[in-house]
Amino acid sequence: MEILVCVKRVPDSAENEISVSSDGRDIKREDLVYSVNEWDNYAVEEAIQIVEREGGNVTVVSIGDAGAEEIVRREMAMGANQGVLITDPAFEGSDGLGTAKVLKAAANRAKYDLILTGAQADDGAGQVGGMLAALLDWPYASLVNRIERKDDATLRIGREIEGGNQEINDIDTPCVLSIQTGINEPRYVGIRGIRKVASLEVPVLDSAALGVNDAGAAAAKVRRVDYFVPELGAGAEMLEGSTEELADKVVGLLKAKGAIK
Amino acid sequence: MIFIYASDDTALELATAAETLFPGEKRIAIGTKCNELLAYFDEVWSLGEFYPNAELLRPLLTAIVPSGSIVLLPHNTFGLDLGPGLSVKLGAAYVPDVVGFDGIEGATLKAVRQEYAGQVSAHVHCDISRGAVITIRSGIFRAAEPSKTGQLIDHSAAVAGITPRRRFVELIQAESGDVDITKEEVLVSVGRGIGDKENLALVEELSEAMGAALACSRPIVDAKWLDKPRQVGTSGQTVKPKVYLALGISGSFQHLGGIKGNPFLLAVNKNPKAPIFQAASVGVVADLVEFLPVLTEKVRAAK
Repeated sequence: MEILVCVKRVPDSAENEISVSSDGRDIKREDLVYSVNEWDNYAVEEAIQIVEREGGNVTVVSIGDAGAEEIVRREMAMGANQGVLITDPAFEGSDGLGTAKVLKAAANRAKYDLILTGAQADDGAGQVGGMLAALLDWPYASLVNRIERKDDATLRIGREIEGGNQEINDIDTPCVLSIQTGINEPRYVGIRGIRKVASLEVPVLDSAALGVNDAGAAAAKVRRVDYFVPELGAGAEMLEGSTEELADKVVGLLKAKGAIK
Repeated sequence: MIFIYASDDTALELATAAETLFPGEKRIAIGTKCNELLAYFDEVWSLGEFYPNAELLRPLLTAIVPSGSIVLLPHNTFGLDLGPGLSVKLGAAYVPDVVGFDGIEGATLKAVRQEYAGQVSAHVHCDISRGAVITIRSGIFRAAEPSKTGQLIDHSAAVAGITPRRRFVELIQAESGDVDITKEEVLVSVGRGIGDKENLALVEELSEAMGAALACSRPIVDAKWLDKPRQVGTSGQTVKPKVYLALGISGSFQHLGGIKGNPFLLAVNKNPKAPIFQAASVGVVADLVEFLPVLTEKVRAAK
């Protein structure tokens, strides 16, 4: 199978306290730890495992700057056969549809049987995979947590739905699948693996190379005006004190609530 | 016209969202089994009875929903499957996971979203001149009261011409484990903030000392550190404890969506900005590896 995996470099929200910049137009970018979007990393691992079973190639594509190239190289160190970086200031401010248009152009540069995305990224939208499928007029399934081959033209896939239940579907290829976390155990990438791919070429494409002139801020129907931290209701009563004092207070509360048997 | 795809019991919340956005506007529910919604909508378009496969519904809705319409979907595993592609096919804007509306000015819809797992919110402006597909987070709008005597319109014939390229096979129920956390009154629940697998023992010691059941959030199950039946959240178990101790859990809406019955929620997290502190009754900012052994010792002493 020829598989394209779309990856995004994001501030790791598990590792960072995200706060709003003083003018509200962005989050505070200083000192953020960036990484590959967690869902995308599962998608790359899944693609590598499929190719290990069936043969073929995994291509990783990312839209972004030099930082995104690091992510592409990391996923190549993981086992992706090739990487492509899409960089153009004209694409900044794209909404989900703009991003999907750019990825569609990238997808059309080769003949892929399968495109994987993460189920969502830092903005929690979960939109690009479904839009990309619609633009390509390929079938789509979201939140995929299992992929098996059924026959030459069909995959049998599981979607994670509410309550941890699984919806099994047969889907024709070529198709776009968005990958849910937990589908596999992504392999570890060490510094030696990164070094091994350091000399490989990662082609850089821009809007001219892709022939896309309808993405970016001007074309966006949806735009973020600002970030803010909402006025909270009561919120939690925050306990203060030393570790000992905090533990004493917590024990007192748990005991009062009958939570210590 | 404002359309709602009625996939589950969020349909009444979407009816309220529709009324909030476009007061008095004609609102129409579409769904496979939605006849009971006549008291809440001006029209109910019935598609017949079949499994709501998004790859079947998308071309179907594209064929019957007039262009320029507003379509509301729940932001759940169904809406995520159907919505993005539907917006493309309708030529409409897509606004996912809306948690609030700030009104409409001309053709600009103003909405509120959250990013970075709920750590910050964002004001979003959306051009709805050619319609919009909007997914709404569950629990934001209250369920509508019955106020309509709607008309039932049969659209089941529209299904016939569509051959979906993704076909529903079966549902597989989640495995049940040796523990049923849905019946527990006290839950000690651990999340990604525990850091390493070996630190999990600190949480197990605390739950044993308290005589409480051990639960967890999604990343712990993804990492295979605990089994799926212990996972609290929309993709795991829905629990109704009296006391919920959230240890190193950031508090995503998917996790909080699995906690019902308004328990006493005590959260410990090293990130003071963690969204869990918005939902918690009491919060402690602390490093778990440092805090838990002290807490467990004091729990043992208090028995």
